[in-house]
Amino acid sequence: MWALETDSKKDIKQQYKMASKKESSFINMVITLFLVTAVAALALGGVYTVTKEPIAIAKQKKLEAAIKAVLPEFDTITTKKVADNDDDSLTFYYANKGGENIGVAIKTYTNKGFSGKIELMVGLLNDGSISNTAVLSHKETPGLGDKMDKKKSDFPDQFIGKSPAEFTLKVTKDGGDVDAITAATISSRAFCDAVERAYDTFEKSQDSRTKSQEPR
Amino acid sequence: MNQVQNFTKGFIKENPVFVLLLGLCPTLGVTTSAINGLGMGLATTFVLVMSNLVVSLIKNAIPDKIRIPSFIVIIASFVTIVELTMQAYTPALFDALGLFIPLIVVNCIVLGRAEAFASKQTVYSSMIDGVGMGLGFAFALTLLGGVRELLGSGAIFGINLIKGDLMLVFVLAPGAFIALGYLIALMNKVVKS
Repeated sequence: MWALETDSKKDIKQQYKMASKKESSFINMVITLFLVTAVAALALGGVYTVTKEPIAIAKQKKLEAAIKAVLPEFDTITTKKVADNDDDSLTFYYANKGGENIGVAIKTYTNKGFSGKIELMVGLLNDGSISNTAVLSHKETPGLGDKMDKKKSDFPDQFIGKSPAEFTLKVTKDGGDVDAITAATISSRAFCDAVERAYDTFEKSQDSRTKSQEPR
Repeated sequence: MNQVQNFTKGFIKENPVFVLLLGLCPTLGVTTSAINGLGMGLATTFVLVMSNLVVSLIKNAIPDKIRIPSFIVIIASFVTIVELTMQAYTPALFDALGLFIPLIVVNCIVLGRAEAFASKQTVYSSMIDGVGMGLGFAFALTLLGGVRELLGSGAIFGINLIKGDLMLVFVLAPGAFIALGYLIALMNKVVKS
């Protein structure tokens, strides 16, 4: 009886080995998992190194394309970080043509989007009027909120040439001058909020500029 | 099973979306347009083929008790490779799909094929299985995306056919379920007749 049982156990082990599968012993499992993760880590490290530069270039290109889209023609850009009203800072890209400043592209954002953060590039001319806007990133609902993108609808066109000094950056429902996207009022409000943040920060930076020049 | 059957089973008989109903999270999430569905489908195909290949290659070296974690590490590595490559060389496609690429890791169809097929079959048939299943998945996603894009915004592959907004619900999440339900019903009808 006893002998029989041990025999059948041996049989099972034998069959197991015949399938040439590694046994699930502690040392086998540790070694295998270590090898699998080590190879994976090496492969990922390699791919990361190879793609690091192209990714940076692609991001830079996207940024440059956005600046070009929101401002009239220019030849050089000077970058500056400016603090906004919410203890954060926006990046200002001052565009120059022939050594003269023609306007500024401001990378602005809002957290009031329907599904989180929206990043915009807003081009402002020196008189404070909006030259153009471009959406950098958003997570709004496809088919509704994503119409804030120029490719999808003409919603952003109503901002072109307007000066926020006279043009109230609020949707008509809230007593402003902006026609909201149908069925996407929250996204439209968020868009206005981001543009307003850019404008307010721009105003502040203009103020401090003139003030610092006054004493001379 | 011969290799032709092995390849074509992913399209109709064992279609991952319409028959197996695996990987529904990316299916419902990305298919707001035909092009998104196609991009997601092709990215999944690549991951599926590569993970099937590697899993069937090393199937005998992996002890049974840790096969699932090993498969997940392999799959996750290929997904990250796809993500980085897309970000570097096709930034426009990455903008549209970026959010969903990491979801391929948890896509049941990839782990499902590794566990149910590649860990038992030869390298060659595992690769054929991966290509067939992947393309079947891509076909289903493109079809679903096309239907939703057409009904929701009157366009197909971004080409506008009808101006203005149509049935907006099809672009939103509920429309994904409705469209998928009708497509499955249609598929069953076609297969039975």
